[in-house]
Amino acid sequence: MLRCGYALFWLLGSVLLICVVSPVKGEAVVTREGSHLKLSESSHSNESQHGHSSNITGIPIISFKWHHVETPYLVAFWVLVSFLGKLVIEANHHVTSVIPESALLICFGFILGGMIWAADKVQTFRLTPTVFFFYLLPQVILDAGYHMPNKLFFTNLGGILVHAVIGTCWNAASLGLSLWGCQMGGAMGDLDIGLLQYLLFGSLMAAVDPVAVIAVFEQVHVNDVLFIMVFGESLLNDGVTVVLFNVFDAFVSLGGPKIDAAEIIKGIVSFFVVAFGGSLVGLVFGLLISLLTRCTKNIQIIEPGFIFVLGYLSYLTAEMLSLSAILSIVFCGMCCQKYINANMDENSVQTVRYAMKAFANGSETIIFVFLGISAIDKVIWVWNTGFILLTLLFVLVYRFIGVFFLTWILNRYRLVPLEFVDQVIMSYGGLRGAVAYGLAVMLDENKIKEKNLMVCTTLIVVYFTVILQGITMKPLVMWLKVKRAAVTEVSLLEKLTNKMFNHTLVAIEDISGQIGHNYMRSKWKYFEENWMSWILMKPSARKKQDQVFDVFHQLNLKDAMEYVTEGERRGSLEFVRNENSIIDFKKKSESESFDINNANMSNDHGAMSTTSRDPIPSVSLEMHEQIMKAVREAEAINAHHLLDQHLYKSRKQHRHRFSRSHFDINRDEKEVQEIFQRTMRNRLKSFTSAKMGVKPPKTIVKHTQKEQQQKMPNGKSMDKAKTSYSGDEGPNSVSFVHPAGIENPAFMPDLDPMDLLQIPPWLGESELDSSMVALSHRAQVDLPRTPSNLRRLAPLRISTRSTDSFTLENIPDTQQMDTQEEFLQSKLTT
Amino acid sequence: MGALQSSPGRPEYSDLAEKTGFSFEQIGVLHKRFKQLSHNEETLRRDHFNEIDDLAFNPIRAQIIEAFFDRRNFHQNGEGKVQEIGFEEFVVVMSHFRPPSAHMTEEQRGKTRREKLRFLFNMHDTDNDGIITLEEYRHVVEELLSRSGTLEKETAKCIADAAMLEVASISVGHMEPDEFYEGITFEHFLKLLERFEIESRMIIRFLNMDTTTLCK
Repeated sequence: MLRCGYALFWLLGSVLLICVVSPVKGEAVVTREGSHLKLSESSHSNESQHGHSSNITGIPIISFKWHHVETPYLVAFWVLVSFLGKLVIEANHHVTSVIPESALLICFGFILGGMIWAADKVQTFRLTPTVFFFYLLPQVILDAGYHMPNKLFFTNLGGILVHAVIGTCWNAASLGLSLWGCQMGGAMGDLDIGLLQYLLFGSLMAAVDPVAVIAVFEQVHVNDVLFIMVFGESLLNDGVTVVLFNVFDAFVSLGGPKIDAAEIIKGIVSFFVVAFGGSLVGLVFGLLISLLTRCTKNIQIIEPGFIFVLGYLSYLTAEMLSLSAILSIVFCGMCCQKYINANMDENSVQTVRYAMKAFANGSETIIFVFLGISAIDKVIWVWNTGFILLTLLFVLVYRFIGVFFLTWILNRYRLVPLEFVDQVIMSYGGLRGAVAYGLAVMLDENKIKEKNLMVCTTLIVVYFTVILQGITMKPLVMWLKVKRAAVTEVSLLEKLTNKMFNHTLVAIEDISGQIGHNYMRSKWKYFEENWMSWILMKPSARKKQDQVFDVFHQLNLKDAMEYVTEGERRGSLEFVRNENSIIDFKKKSESESFDINNANMSNDHGAMSTTSRDPIPSVSLEMHEQIMKAVREAEAINAHHLLDQHLYKSRKQHRHRFSRSHFDINRDEKEVQEIFQRTMRNRLKSFTSAKMGVKPPKTIVKHTQKEQQQKMPNGKSMDKAKTSYSGDEGPNSVSFVHPAGIENPAFMPDLDPMDLLQIPPWLGESELDSSMVALSHRAQVDLPRTPSNLRRLAPLRISTRSTDSFTLENIPDTQQMDTQEEFLQSKLTT
Repeated sequence: MGALQSSPGRPEYSDLAEKTGFSFEQIGVLHKRFKQLSHNEETLRRDHFNEIDDLAFNPIRAQIIEAFFDRRNFHQNGEGKVQEIGFEEFVVVMSHFRPPSAHMTEEQRGKTRREKLRFLFNMHDTDNDGIITLEEYRHVVEELLSRSGTLEKETAKCIADAAMLEVASISVGHMEPDEFYEGITFEHFLKLLERFEIESRMIIRFLNMDTTTLCK
């Protein structure tokens, strides 16, 4: 495995070299947008030049136009390389189980960077703030917001906010001040950094990076509360850091002497405006998405696109208004998730989910790889042992102090206090990442002389936290015996109890007169259900909101699946009708339940289902009705499969395959017609052969065969009966001629000989036994009880035909055949 | 019953505090609330509870109110219903929702867990035969889902049945067709909700501060 990996590395390396050797100086990946414009211009000029030259030398058959495609080519290529790197890394499970993927990706970046360095002697590729903040970060954050467990998040919102806001400020201030103090004490030699610049540096180092945190914590399954504390904090404090950074940046450019109390107050105010404004923009966009998805039914294919585009727009809008873009996109995702999941088609929801993950995972990979590549650059490596080591130390120590202090305060108010080990993990999970690096690169070299030192230090802190802390996180979690996340497979009972229990809590709060979480939550829920859902959700979607119903639905599906598997095992679904195996609790006479089951199967919620329902103190008839419904569906599928295989190879034409907006396969009227005609011809042939005295082979009907075959008419009736027999389901309707002209040949109930003769089979048996196989025991017992409106089922139960059911070969009565033949012929001619 | 006839002073509080684990302040707040609910009478009756406005939206209001009048929840090994409760009973029922103390042994944790689950179980088991029968369960589920507006009664019934079926399959395993599952016993109930961290969830913040004026 490893060897293969190395081979791949070298392969990649060599390909890379080819590319790099060609002159690609400068910002290749840097500003995509800008170069796109340039690109289009240059391509125009290229073409015109080309036109001129072709006048002279004739048409070149092939030409190598590297500059023509350079930028997009490189971008795509880098993405490919990163993905391949991930592929190689993920192939080695024994490595990734020890070292987190993010760390490995950074190392992969080192190697790539080394190659480029070796080839170029200068680092041509690095992560630039523009690319990072505009093209890589948004999708990761959007994904985080979209998949945020909202309830958990808002339950712990207090704690998260305290850590994200106060904790981050504390980290920034303490780091900046301590470094400044150390410099004053002479620990770092001669550096040209002022107090404000130290604070600026502190603020960019303060953010815990969500990308790094997700990458590490998703491999260590800690309990929910701990996860949401770390993760929520890392998400929100990104916004806070960026705001802090901007404020301090403004201060630095303002210069020390000009800062007075007014400016500081303005800074603090802007902090809140930026943070809350950003969140508000996000909320507005989230609501907008929800509203939009209410009416995108007709453009289902591009429906998922709205979420991405509007999410991205919320990010850009916030950026444009110099509000916190990260907070904006987080809240956008969080706000819309519930409504769009309810509004959109199931397929679209899946698409969004997958695309979101694909984008986020992809850019996460690219971010880490580029973090690694950026390191291999001689320019930024300015070594100052004191500065770097002290920064590392302070970052770690202050994180611990901050977390412990804040949690200590929080625990006095929390109902379920955070435990000591949780606090350790929270502190240790303070991973710094690409956000810090991006901010560091954004520093202005003119204002801050020691920019490179800061970038270098940031990188070292990032590597230290992501690689070292990332690797040690898992053993630490094991060692401290941190409560892990439980595997949640909710049962219906649990769901119900949970629901009940939430109501109980609310009620107790109401009664005891306390205003607590539950009180608030119930009020919000009430508001949400009555107003928000009303506005933002499709009426049809509102129904499916109930979680209990969801689980119920899941259970039903599971049941159906089990029945199908069981059916496949036994080779038929006949056992479903055999009530012994399914009716667990029912103590009923065989025949009665048999009838009911069949009634349920044949006519959708027919009148029968209500007639003989005894109040039996047991688990339910209704339950079985539900099961039956599920089974019916399953059976319909099964029957379809069977029909597909044996009956008629339909010529499915995917006529719309090239259409971008339609997916449906062609269901042509003609096709149905054709099936009908073929079958009819088939029948006619067999009739004539029977008439000519060609003795049909005596069929020995085996029991299993019979069962298998029974499904066909039955299953067929599910879909066809509804369409073709639309109106006349009445008990005695002898629907020989149907206005629609399309009759389901598999379903000619009254063609059954028994019916016409009006002889009960157990009487007629003696006369007909020449070719009739004896009826099964059940059929004999049951038939007399069958009510008249179930006549359609008669052929089903007493069917003695061979698998080739439509050739009615073993019907002995010639007289009958004549009438049938007449009928058929008249039908064919029409 | 009706142990605190006169307006309670500290000595009576200390008795209650010992019994329920509430602090004096919390008992004071609860007492105020009690007076407010009972219109300064000594006992609470069902219609007092029915007057609480916020409770009107609660789908399982009836069950919860009954829980306050259920002798099983008074820690006295009694059975049956009462018509009115005094302050002591009120506080004792409330104490089921008290947050556990920070330092608990495993044993204590297990005990609180049992108590809390017993409370829930009693809410289901209305006829006090130690078994939640299907009828009882159906009733609760119907009430529970009655407010959701979208689910009909039939669906609620089906859901209750499905849940019961699930319970039966979990706790009994394979059943013969003619076997009959009577209902959920408390032991089954404990087992079924094993993963449900009730001791850290069935709790309410009882403030020392008086917020009763804000509630209707």
